[in-house]
Amino acid sequence: MMPDLGQHADTVLLAYGVSAILLLGFGFATWWSAKKTRDALKAAEALIKSEP
Amino acid sequence: MKRLNALWQYANPAKFMALSEKLLWPLAVLTLACILGGLIWGFFFTPDDFRQGSTVKIFYLHVPTATMATGIWFMMVAASLVWFIRRHPVSALAAKAAAPIGIIMTLVAMATGAIWGKPMWGTYWAWDPRLTAFMILLVFYFGYIALWQAIEDRETASDLTSILCIVGTVFAVISRYAVNFWNQGLHQGASMSVESERAVADVFFYPALVSLVGFFLLFLWLLLVRTRMEIRRQRIAALLARGT
Repeated sequence: MMPDLGQHADTVLLAYGVSAILLLGFGFATWWSAKKTRDALKAAEALIKSEP
Repeated sequence: MKRLNALWQYANPAKFMALSEKLLWPLAVLTLACILGGLIWGFFFTPDDFRQGSTVKIFYLHVPTATMATGIWFMMVAASLVWFIRRHPVSALAAKAAAPIGIIMTLVAMATGAIWGKPMWGTYWAWDPRLTAFMILLVFYFGYIALWQAIEDRETASDLTSILCIVGTVFAVISRYAVNFWNQGLHQGASMSVESERAVADVFFYPALVSLVGFFLLFLWLLLVRTRMEIRRQRIAALLARGT
């Protein structure tokens, strides 16, 4: 299934590997920050509601 | 005109949050389908180039990310102009949310370009007009984010970052058209362009086009997620200010 990349196999795989790390890392960081912000907003709204 | 005016209702944060929530999952599925479709098609089912060999497979990553790197700056300029003209808060937050995505696209474009450049040009980096313009664009992206971080008052931050964004447009234009302005340097002309004749064969063009659509959708998805996050951060700040 894997195509024969010849003498440039390292170059091609390195380009795809670096891109995958950057894009997946950024995607995960974005998802994680979004989740933390959503939880923080829920906590802040609950705090305001609980105040007399 | 009526339809265009109806679009402004989504500048209301509550309406934007409601609409974007409905769009997130379908957009995520479509994004994955296009990116994986384009990259798998390009990587596994296209031939090697007669001059560049298998390194042509980097094309499916490099061109879409480079196109998005400059395109995102233009989107930020449009959002900044909307902020200046109509003072819609979501537009300023959308520009702020787009900047980190622009940085990642620029970094991927520069990294894949450098890796591709080594076997083709014999060097990872050259002070070529297009490469240099991309480096300056990256510095502008970082400067834009630093300016947002440096100013506490949101309105002032939105105003000043919008000005920086408009000034930086010069480098976004140069990044895209450097090879047309200066006919020198190592970088070749545009491979995929709507303005000039196509420089690549169909067998390479179509998978790259699918990949480009995928990266555009990825940008939209990340933009929605990050803009929603910025709106929530503002809401938290407002609630905490009210509570103290």
